Order: sequence, then structure tokens, then C-alpha cells
Amino acid sequence: MTGSFPKALWYDGTTNQGRIGRTKMTNVLANIFGSSPVQPLERHIEIAFRCAKQLRAFFAAAVEGNWDQAVVVRNEIEKLEHEADDLKKNIRLRLPKSLFMPVPREDLLELLLVQDKIANRTKDVSGIVLGRKMQIPPAIAEQFLEFVDRNIDAAKQARKSVRELDELFTSGFRGAEVDLVSALIEELDQIETDTDDKQAALRAALFAIEDTLNPVNAVFMYQVIELTGEIADMAERVGRRLELLLSH
Amino acid sequence: MEAELVYIGLAALFGIFMAWGIGANDVANAMATSVGSKALTIKQAILVAAVFEFLGAVLAGGEVTSTIRKGIVDADLLSDSPELLIYGMLASLLAAGTWLFIASKNGWPVSTTHSIVGAIVGFAAVGIGIDAVQWGQVGTIVISWVVSPLTAGFIAYLIYRSVQRLILRQDDPLAKAKRYVPVYIFFAAFTITLVTILKGLQHVGLTISLRDSYILATAIAVGIALIGAFAIRRIQPDKKAEKHQHFYTVERVFGILMVVTACGMAFAHGSNDVANAIGPVAAVVSVAQNGVITAKAALPIWVLMLGGIGIVIGLATYGRHVIATVGKKITQLTPSRGFAAELAAATTIVIASGTGIPISTTHTLVGAVLGVGMARGIEAIDLRVVARILVSWVVTIPAGAFLAVVFFFIFKTILP
Repeated sequence: MTGSFPKALWYDGTTNQGRIGRTKMTNVLANIFGSSPVQPLERHIEIAFRCAKQLRAFFAAAVEGNWDQAVVVRNEIEKLEHEADDLKKNIRLRLPKSLFMPVPREDLLELLLVQDKIANRTKDVSGIVLGRKMQIPPAIAEQFLEFVDRNIDAAKQARKSVRELDELFTSGFRGAEVDLVSALIEELDQIETDTDDKQAALRAALFAIEDTLNPVNAVFMYQVIELTGEIADMAERVGRRLELLLSH
Repeated sequence: MEAELVYIGLAALFGIFMAWGIGANDVANAMATSVGSKALTIKQAILVAAVFEFLGAVLAGGEVTSTIRKGIVDADLLSDSPELLIYGMLASLLAAGTWLFIASKNGWPVSTTHSIVGAIVGFAAVGIGIDAVQWGQVGTIVISWVVSPLTAGFIAYLIYRSVQRLILRQDDPLAKAKRYVPVYIFFAAFTITLVTILKGLQHVGLTISLRDSYILATAIAVGIALIGAFAIRRIQPDKKAEKHQHFYTVERVFGILMVVTACGMAFAHGSNDVANAIGPVAAVVSVAQNGVITAKAALPIWVLMLGGIGIVIGLATYGRHVIATVGKKITQLTPSRGFAAELAAATTIVIASGTGIPISTTHTLVGAVLGVGMARGIEAIDLRVVARILVSWVVTIPAGAFLAVVFFFIFKTILP
């Protein structure tokens, strides 16, 4: 098994049942393996991360007031969020209760759910900003972009951690691989703490200038900061879910 | 002598048809794991399968063949009418072949072994009489059908556990793999060679003392392990691929091991399943040639070769496609997992073959895969499919028996 994501293997829109029905000459050995959720989960976090990553370009455009460009990026975000959503549904469909797996099915589904929320929050926050054509106050623009970057870093670290899933399955959730993933999650926690600090600082900076802003805009700006920060929160929860898998 | 030629001709025809079916469908189970994990290309897999299925059939298939030939039906009851045994064996072959055909058309996971044993028991019990069946022996066989998957599962569990402990959970799995994989190769080669020497070679007219057998098996296994170790040393870490998958190069080391276990699996499969097709042929040939049922008649080697050839034709005509298809579907069985399953299954099967017990290779392999799963080695196993296997297990025996009875009475009416 290689680390690349073989698209045709799984994400091809067919169901396992369909496959059994179509091939007349079925083979016991081929069918005894359920659809493994591991590669699809790794693929899902990849999409979720790529979605979150778009926020950098999106907010860069928003700060400049380049709304044409923002629309282009926003379309890409929507597309990726859709893709993540489809894959999420697909994975759920193929994890029937009859599957025998080394870790509880519920834990994998929970992991999938929080992974998906990374993409959801990205879509939400970009939707608000674009819908209101929100002007990011120039005084805090640079600080805000840094904050966005750090949230993307958290999503990236979540991706890095989830990418270890297949190695975890191979080693049976014990040994050196577990230490490696624990270290990755610890780093993820640090990044998340950092985003929290940045978020607090950003709110303070916004508070200092909020009298100069249109009150409605100020309220929404707080909300945008809040939603953006949730990307790192979700990334951290991905780490928590992975940790639960490790404890099995 | 006209009638005898007809019997032998029919038996050879049915036997080769069944062997063809086994080569076309069943062999995929033994080889697909190696293809799926890219340890072998399709062409190499066909070659390995052809050679080792044939060798398995000829060298180690004798015991199972004689069980099928004379272990299930009590030949003493038939000494007055030996032709009944001929009709029955022909009927069993046709029944098992037909049932396998129906089953694979419908995608039911049935076993060759279960069909043929069911068929023979059926024709004997109904066509001749309840007493004609050696129930003690049949009981042993049926128990072995339960025991063999469990045994293979348990061995696979232990093997995979040891792999996890010694290699996969270590800080430097590649170095550990390079150190321990040759040891696994030794054990794989040793077990299969030893059973072949102990149980198989007498059928081709060779007898070697027990002590010499052990020495010979050790020598061969050491030789194979050395070749393996040499191949492993040449594997260089692929840093780029390892960035995505830390076990990438480790799995390639296991790939070498998998070549050995694939040979073993093909050999084991040949030794057990070919015998199922060829046992009834051997029975027909011996009765037809001698006119009487002789329990001591030697097994003609050409009969075993007939089975081997049938399998190879099956492989070449149809089996390669099945191997390719199955190989694509079982990517979960990476070399480290696949070898554990294959080695456990091959060991169990070869030992069963050595003692003359016809077991189901596929079910044994499924048991081994479940064993790896129990060691938390497999990402997802569909228990519904496992349940279907159990159901088909129960259905196949009466189905084979029923068809055999029907064919038996037809043959009894139309054949001379």
C-alpha cells in the first residue's frame, strides 16, 4: 500500500453491494474485506485541509477589497467543501455495523465528523465575509491574516496526524508509531494554543478600534474571528479523536 | 474392454473439467494476494502457480487422493458389483462439477472439497446403502472442516502478532524486517518441504528416512532463506515513498517473503484440491483396469499429472483474469499481513494433505485472514460475507449429495 490516494479504489461513487451484484464470478477472498475506511479518511482530511488553505487567498483578496478574486476563491472553497461532504457520506455508507475493525466504528465516524467541520467552518466564514463584502479594518488586517495562517497551520497539522492512520492500523495501534502520532498531536495542541493567544490579542486590538467602526460591522468582525478560530478548534478535536483511537 | 475405456475416458474428462474449474477459480485465492500486494506480476504469479500447483498435486496430493478414492466408501460392500463404484465416482465428479458451476455463476462461496465429499457420501448412502459410508472417516473429515480454519486462524494470529512485536512496532522497522524476514522464510520453506518429504515423496517412489528428511528439509529451507536474505539486502529504502508511508520499504521486504509463501500456498492448494478432482478418477481407473476393487492398487502417477495439467489449463485460460480482479480488490492484504495469512493457511493445508484429510483451502485461508484480523491487523472485515461462507458450507454438502444421487441413478441406467 502506498501513501498516495488511489482515487479509483474507493471514491468512485459505487457501493460495495453493487460490485458484488455485478461480478457474477465472485470470489470469497475478494469480498471478505469490507471497504477499508482508512484511505478514504486520509483523503477526506486532505480535502478538508485544502479547503481551509483557501482562506489565505480569500482573506488576502478581502483585505485588498478585490471581490472578484474573492468570489473565485470562494467558489473553490464551496467546491472542496462539497467534495468533502460527498466523501463523508460515502464513507458513512460503507461502514455498516457488520464490519469487524480493530477500532470502534463510532470513533472513526466521530473523527470523520470533526474532519468535515474544518471544511464547514471555512465555508461559513468565507460566506459571511463575501455576503457582506466585509472590509477588514486596515489597522488589524496584518494581525488578522497571521491569525488565519495559524489556523491553517492547525488544519495542516491535523492532516499530518490523520495521514498516520494507515501506519497505525498496520502496527496495531502500539509501539513506535503511537509515539510518533502522540508527538504530532502534541504539536497540534501547541498550534491550537497559539491560535487561542492570537485570537485573544486580535479581539483586544479590535476592541481598541471598534468605536471607529460601523457597529454592525464590528459585531460581524468579532463573529468572523470567532468562526475562523474554530478551524483550529476542530483541528484540535481531530487530534483528540485520534488520541482516543490510540488508547484502544 | 470397451466399457472400461468408456469409464476411464469419462472419468478423465470429468476429472480434467473439475481440475480446470479449480485452476480457473480457486487458484486465485492462493495467488491474488501476491499480485495485489505487487510482490509478483501477473505473469510471474501464473508461472509460480503453474509450477507449484503441479508439484503440489504430484508430490503431495497422493494421500488426499487415496482418502477420496477409498476412504469414504466401504469398498468391501461393493466387491460383487464393482461397476457401482464406477457409476458413483463418475456421478460424484459430475455432481461436484455441476454444483461448483452453479455456485460460481451465482457468486456463492462454496468449496470444491465440500462438494466432492458431499457427493461421494450422497451416492454411497442412497445409491448403495447407509452402511457403505465409512462414517468414522467422514466424521473426521467434517470435524477437520471446522478445525482447519480455526487452526489456520490461530497460527495466523500468532505469526502476525510476532511480526508486530518484532518488526512493525520497533523504532527501526526496516532494520528489524531485514533481520527477521529471512527467519520467517526459513520456517515457511521448512514446514512445506518437510511435509512434502515425509508424506509426499513415497507416492513418486522415493523413501527417505526420518532423520534424513529433517536434514534435507533444513538444508533446502536454509538455502531458500539465504536466497531470500540476498534479495532482501538488495532492497534500498525509498525515501520519497516512505514520506507518505513509513512502512513502504518494510512492506517490500515482506514482499520477498510473500513470494515464498505464495509458492507454498500454490503447492498446498495443489496438494489438497487437485486431489479432490483426481481422487474419483483414480478410483474409476483402478476398478476399470483391474475389474475388481483393490484397496492396495497403486495410484497411477499419470492420474495426478492429469489433475496438475487441468489446473494449469484452467489458470492459463481463465484463472489469470480472476487473479488480476481479486488482486485489485484485496489491497488491504499488504505483504506483512498477506504472508501471515498465507503461511498459516499453507502450513495447515499441507499438514492436512499429508495426513490425507481433504479440507477446504479457501475456508482455511479465510480463517487465516480472520486470525490476522483478530490481531488487529486488518482494517475492515465484512462479517456478512463470513456469515455467507458459513451458510454455503452447510448447503453445499446436501446439494452435492443430492446431485450425485440423481447422476448415479442416471449412470446406472444408461451406462453399460
